[in-house]
Amino acid sequence: MKLITAVVKPFRLDEVKDALKSAGVAGITVTEVQGFGRQAGHTEVYRGTEYQVDFVPKARIELVVDDDDVANLVSVITEAAKTGKIGDGKIWVTSVDSLLRIRTGEQGPDAV
Amino acid sequence: MEGNTAWVLVSAALVLFMTPGLALFYGGMDRSRNVLNMLLMNFWCLLIIPVLWVAFGYSLAQAPFENSLIGGFDNAFLKDMTITGEDGGFGLLVVAFLGMFAVITPALISGAVADRMKFSAWAIFAPVWMLLVFVPVFKWVYGGWLYERGSLDFAGGTAIHVNAGIAALACVYVLGKRKGWPKEGQPPHNMPMVMLGTGILWLGWFGFNAGSALAANGTAIQAFMNTFLAAAAAGLAWAVVERIRDGHFTNLGAASGIVAGLVAITPGAGFVAGMSPIWIGLIAGVICCYAVGLKSKIGYDDALDVVGVHFVGGLVGSLLIGFFSDPDFFGTDVMAGIFYGGGAKLLVEQAIANGATIVYSFAVTFALMLILKATIGVRVDEEVEVGGLDQALHAETAYNN
Amino acid sequence: MTIGLVTAVVKPHVLGDVKQALKDMGVTGITVTEVKGFGRQGGHTETYRGAEYAIDFVPKVKIEVVVPLDQSTVVVDTIAGAARTGKIGDGKIWVTTVDRVVRVRTGEQGAEAV
Repeated sequence: MKLITAVVKPFRLDEVKDALKSAGVAGITVTEVQGFGRQAGHTEVYRGTEYQVDFVPKARIELVVDDDDVANLVSVITEAAKTGKIGDGKIWVTSVDSLLRIRTGEQGPDAV
Repeated sequence: MEGNTAWVLVSAALVLFMTPGLALFYGGMDRSRNVLNMLLMNFWCLLIIPVLWVAFGYSLAQAPFENSLIGGFDNAFLKDMTITGEDGGFGLLVVAFLGMFAVITPALISGAVADRMKFSAWAIFAPVWMLLVFVPVFKWVYGGWLYERGSLDFAGGTAIHVNAGIAALACVYVLGKRKGWPKEGQPPHNMPMVMLGTGILWLGWFGFNAGSALAANGTAIQAFMNTFLAAAAAGLAWAVVERIRDGHFTNLGAASGIVAGLVAITPGAGFVAGMSPIWIGLIAGVICCYAVGLKSKIGYDDALDVVGVHFVGGLVGSLLIGFFSDPDFFGTDVMAGIFYGGGAKLLVEQAIANGATIVYSFAVTFALMLILKATIGVRVDEEVEVGGLDQALHAETAYNN
Repeated sequence: MTIGLVTAVVKPHVLGDVKQALKDMGVTGITVTEVKGFGRQGGHTETYRGAEYAIDFVPKVKIEVVVPLDQSTVVVDTIAGAARTGKIGDGKIWVTTVDRVVRVRTGEQGAEAV
């Protein structure tokens, strides 16, 4: 099992969710996060004083999937999240050692 | 008679509403971990000042009218304030109306000391400052020696805004800078809250200025009109300056301009007419927009710009009466301004009145803060400042979910 | 090249310092989440109308950085240096191995995507 974590532009979240649904994914977790990357932040000015806001809003999507599905789902997310402009985000995959569905007690791949 | 009573009753309630409005205006500009401390500093004035005002405050600030420096105890504890006498209770109503001003004046200072003052020190500072500074200056301006010299202050430009504004400066010099200022700034945590507070202040200010006619008459009408126009003009000026200088129209610029305009028209609300409020608003909007930048150049940490908006706005508005005062319009015999054939005499008197207020208020406030600093301390621990005042001082947090 | 994910949970007020320290060492991107945690620091009590509420969770920020694994040690040290106040509740940092990384805009993979 693998954990796919994608940090994407917030306004692409619906497209990513719809694409993952179409690909048969049953559940994802989304967190509102902030990030800084190559996409620069911006400046806000209050009463003439400048505040450098380095962090831009991003959405983090997490899903646990079978090893076999990783390649496909990473490309599904990539396609849905891509705008071609800087700041589209990053996807990484880590290994999951154990998994359990709380309601049923199912473990391992059954719990995906 | 009944009409006057009705209008001043409504005005008093409007002015009371300004203190919660000010709390929201400041609270939104503050950082989220200190917003409740800011709100309570303002609400504290609503708790303690009314009690002190009817006990000694009003009497010392007004009665007897002939005194030049300070009143006495003729009306202490509401003595001789009746509703069955010739005035039908109007005198008692004036005590309530002016009490609202006594509440908001120390509350104005809270914006300067934001993020770092001990609440226990504020709890003592606010009422003591009201008695030691607000009350005598109020007496000088309304019935005392400054009034006798002929200086003008319709609703409290000198007695309230210049007074509280310069006191705010004295406070921050004793209190010191916030940790990290000016290197690390903190933008407002809730701009919609600031805009709501601004709206409440503008609404309340109609009571503040037009109510200060103490009658439902033509002067009240013109003061109302001035309050309407000066705030709009100053908001416009500030917003346009920011658009040209910084590149954007901003909410905080509009809100700050409105408040600066309201402050600036306060002293002249019942002395200027025609297009004068628009000129006063435009001038105050531009000057205050630049004045809020002084703190980082000079190095005093006036957190929410009480000096730049209230002191500077009040001073500008008060001095401009020396140009725009138009007694013919109001049918009074006060001094006319330079533009209305009065020469420079009124301007000189305005300068004297504000100069006296500045010297007295700064000196007494500075001394009061030094005494508090030497006794109970005025500043929170660094750990509290970093972690947030709300939770540490009040055992509350603003945004639970 | 193996890629690592450095995750740090730290006190909110050190975020600016950590960000600057990472920028200074050349890290080009981080992700920050407001989280709550409980640890040895313990929580605090809030009082509303006389009723006490135990707030066990204290606000923290979680910082995530994807870097080549051989740089993860210096990233961890940098974060720790910037986040340390010496008081209880300074937080924790851990490193996990990443199997795969993709830059969404370009489709670059692996070390190029970091």
